[in-house]
Amino acid sequence: MVLKLQQSHHHQSVAVKGNEQMGTKRGYTFIQSNRDWLPKLILLWVMVMGFISIWIYKKMDADNNVRREEVLSSMCDQRARMLQDQFSVSVNHVHALALLVATFHYYKNPSAIDQETFAEYTARAAFERPLLSGVAYAERVVHSGREKFEKQHGWTIKAMQREPSRLRDEYAPLIFSQETISYIESLDMMSGEEDRENIVRARATGKAVLTSPFRLLGSHHLGVVLTFPVYKSKLPPKPTMEERIVATAGYDIGAIDVESLVENLLGQLAGNQAILVNVYDITNSSDPLVMYGHQNQDGDWAVVHESKLDFGDPFRKHQMICRYHQKAPTSWTALTNVFLFFVICLLVGYILYGAVIHIVKVEDDFREMQELKVRAEAADVAKSQFLATVPHEIRTPMNGMLALLLDTDLSSTQRGYAQTAQVCGKALITLINEVIDRAKIEAGKLELETVPFNIRSIFDNVLSLFSEKSRNKGVEVSRDKTNRKPSLAVFVSDKVPEMVMGDLGRFRQIITNLVGNSVKFTERGHIFVKVHLAESTQPVADTKVETCLNGGSDEGLLISSACQFKTGYEAADERNSWDSFRHLVVDEELRYDAPVNTIDEASRGFTLMVSVEDTGIGIPLIVQDRVFTPFMQADSSTSRNYGGTGIGLSITKCLVELMGGHISFISRPQVGSTFSFTTVFKRCNKASYNDTKKSIVELPSGFKGLKAIVVDGKPGKQNGHVFKLPKVILLAKNITNVELEKAKAAGFADTVIMKPMRASMAAACLQQVLGIGKKRQAGKDMLNGSPVLQGLLCGKKILVVDDNMAHQRVFAGALKKFGAPVECRESGKAALKLLQLPCCFYACFMDIQMPEMDGFEATHPIRMMESKANEQMNGGMDEDSGRKGEWHVPILAMTADVIHATYDECLKCRMDGCVEAL
Amino acid sequence: MEVGQMQRRLVDYTKSLFMEGFLDAQFLQLQQLQDESNPDFVVEVVSLFFDDSEKLLNDLTMALDQPNVDFKKVDAHVHQLKGSSSSIGAQRVKNACIAFRSFCEEQNIDATLRCLQQVKQEYYLVKNKLETMLRLEQQIVAAGGSIPMIELGF
Repeated sequence: MVLKLQQSHHHQSVAVKGNEQMGTKRGYTFIQSNRDWLPKLILLWVMVMGFISIWIYKKMDADNNVRREEVLSSMCDQRARMLQDQFSVSVNHVHALALLVATFHYYKNPSAIDQETFAEYTARAAFERPLLSGVAYAERVVHSGREKFEKQHGWTIKAMQREPSRLRDEYAPLIFSQETISYIESLDMMSGEEDRENIVRARATGKAVLTSPFRLLGSHHLGVVLTFPVYKSKLPPKPTMEERIVATAGYDIGAIDVESLVENLLGQLAGNQAILVNVYDITNSSDPLVMYGHQNQDGDWAVVHESKLDFGDPFRKHQMICRYHQKAPTSWTALTNVFLFFVICLLVGYILYGAVIHIVKVEDDFREMQELKVRAEAADVAKSQFLATVPHEIRTPMNGMLALLLDTDLSSTQRGYAQTAQVCGKALITLINEVIDRAKIEAGKLELETVPFNIRSIFDNVLSLFSEKSRNKGVEVSRDKTNRKPSLAVFVSDKVPEMVMGDLGRFRQIITNLVGNSVKFTERGHIFVKVHLAESTQPVADTKVETCLNGGSDEGLLISSACQFKTGYEAADERNSWDSFRHLVVDEELRYDAPVNTIDEASRGFTLMVSVEDTGIGIPLIVQDRVFTPFMQADSSTSRNYGGTGIGLSITKCLVELMGGHISFISRPQVGSTFSFTTVFKRCNKASYNDTKKSIVELPSGFKGLKAIVVDGKPGKQNGHVFKLPKVILLAKNITNVELEKAKAAGFADTVIMKPMRASMAAACLQQVLGIGKKRQAGKDMLNGSPVLQGLLCGKKILVVDDNMAHQRVFAGALKKFGAPVECRESGKAALKLLQLPCCFYACFMDIQMPEMDGFEATHPIRMMESKANEQMNGGMDEDSGRKGEWHVPILAMTADVIHATYDECLKCRMDGCVEAL
Repeated sequence: MEVGQMQRRLVDYTKSLFMEGFLDAQFLQLQQLQDESNPDFVVEVVSLFFDDSEKLLNDLTMALDQPNVDFKKVDAHVHQLKGSSSSIGAQRVKNACIAFRSFCEEQNIDATLRCLQQVKQEYYLVKNKLETMLRLEQQIVAAGGSIPMIELGF
């Protein structure tokens, strides 16, 4: 065990892999096979989405910056351009001043300008030079002319430091100056390094030149000095440098206060506060000099724009650098957008993850369910097998026990016990058989056979079986006067063929189950089985009625008040009402001799509809939907009161469905239930048709009498012997039946109903004898429940005439069983002798086909004789009790093949009826 | 042979007769008609059937031997035979008679001859069986046992 565990531990990863492989093999989805990666995937998703968000933010930020830069550059360029324009205007003005000085100072002699004039002029024209803090004029003086110049002006040339200038080759003392800068008068411009260089460059080029920026004298502002040469004489069109230098007479000088100049300029423009502007002199590119602005001032160095400035001096280069005052503000829009985007991505990821997790879970559950299902099915199969085998194992020894139980001679007590044991055993076997059936059906092993059988005899059989049960029940409860024994009746539409092909055993089982149930749960009222073709649900004309009735019910119905229900009890399904039944019967009566032809429909399948109606306790509403579930009864008290296992109906349902039909029911508690089912049968083929034909033709003769049976059952008050006799005959005929013993014991005379079809026929004939041949009292008493059968027959002499000895013996034997003395004769002639008046026979059965004198021939003289005697009698005697007193021996024909013609002939010969004998 | 054993044999044998279709429910009813007052009823009826049938079969053979067969007569004989056989429940004889009669109606001489043979065969078969059965019953009675009732569902 330990070893195993260790092993499994060592190979855990392998095992997991194996499982995964198996999983894929079994067709797992992609999700399933990669479920371990899910958390990593979701993490990856979040990271990727984070990166994307950052990237988007950056992009938006960059866009912002580009826009900012564009704004900056346009602002910067604008400023640079304005500055440049202003500057060139100033330069032009200085040029004009230079020309003025040249014109009035040098071309006029004596000079038209002195300091005073110059100062006044420049002061007045100052508005034209907003950039210049002041202008001045310096004259070129060579060293040789210095003394003369000093003498002329009355002052010495001073250097920048306000001391007499040292000796030089050349001087440039300021002779005129604007008042604002009058303090620099007499200074030698050549003494300043910057100015000197400026002067040299200016006179060589003839253009305005600028110094590098420096702190201006007299103010603390940074500034530059502008120098413009003034030439004495007119210059040739293209003067050389030397010519220019020689021609130079002096220099116009302007001081430009760049700082205040730019300050003013920027003040006029919008957006002044937002940007910082620096102006540089970049003539020496390695060391740019600041002309304006604070080098180390804070500001956003991230975005910088440089604009070129051209102040008209080819030797100097200037540049303007602009930047924002403040750093670029954080873009909240972008930030919000990105944040929302990220949140959405997170949510999407979460949703996907959740869905995938859900799928995984559902698939897991599904697999688990499948496993459970497989196990449940296996268990079910095992159960079915158990059910299929175990009862067999029980049944076999059980049969052995039962077979041996009564085999030996036993004392009466022992026999009694043994019989009880046998009854119990049989009940047990019945149950076991039911369980086996159920198991077979479940296993699908039940196979239906197809054999020809007679539907009517099936119903007869089943009902005879149950009529006894129900009668017993009736006996048990008969002390209570309100409780009547239930009556059993069958109605078979004549459209239903006599012989059908199907599974006899199973069909009988269905009927037995349903009728058995009804009997079990019905204590009063009736149980009525109705059989007809599914195609003819409406009361059509061709239906003929054939009914068997257990006359055990004391409560019947007179035909005169036929609107009552059969037994006075209500049934659950109104469609089965007595009205519709009567309708059928009446229809039938009208055309009972209509030919019935089923030949052309031979061997075609048809659907039979059977309904079993009872007036029992009904099925409680709440359990109606479980009725067909195995082992389900209404409640536990049901099985306590009525017994049973509740398996019957489920088997019945299965069987009906196997036979291609449906079963359904209508039930009202305390009123009754009606179970209906359909089955599919085949019609019998030609081979068995011969038998069928016979049955069909005899039906009309059977019909009317049977109707009479249906409607009576009430104790008759006119039980003349005339009427009793047929009953005797009827019963006698039925002695052959297995039921006889029981019937005798129970003391009922209604055994007729339980007889096989032939017996029923006989009953029908006799009924008709009364109904037609006699006093039209069809509805009156026929079968009296109360008199004991033997009492009826005892001592009643009966004559049997038949040339067939075997037949005669059997018939006689049957009649004797009831204690009736029987005389037998072998020919009509012999019978005639016995039937001379006064006659002591209560009835006479006569074979039709006899040698010498047949039944018809023999009847004739008897009737003649009787009518003669009657005439004599009626002459002298009065009529008593509504009956004509007359001689009339009921003569019944016996024949093997009752065809209609024979029946008519019987009546013609004034026989009273016709019995289909063997 | 022991009584119990014989009784079982009788039951089995009788059952086989029903199973193979020699007898039908009518025979059961016959058996039920037999009681203390009428102890030999079955034997009596069966022997009546044997006598009757043999006479009829002879008549039939003769009638069919004639050059001009009188089918009406033949039919009457067959009818008699059918009545007898059905009254004791000899089912197969009865069925053969039914077929016989239908051929009589057609006046088909070859078929009727074939049917006669078949009826005879069936008759002798059932006679044999019944005799065996009755002998068994007698043995049982002689040995002092009772004849068991046979219950079959029909």
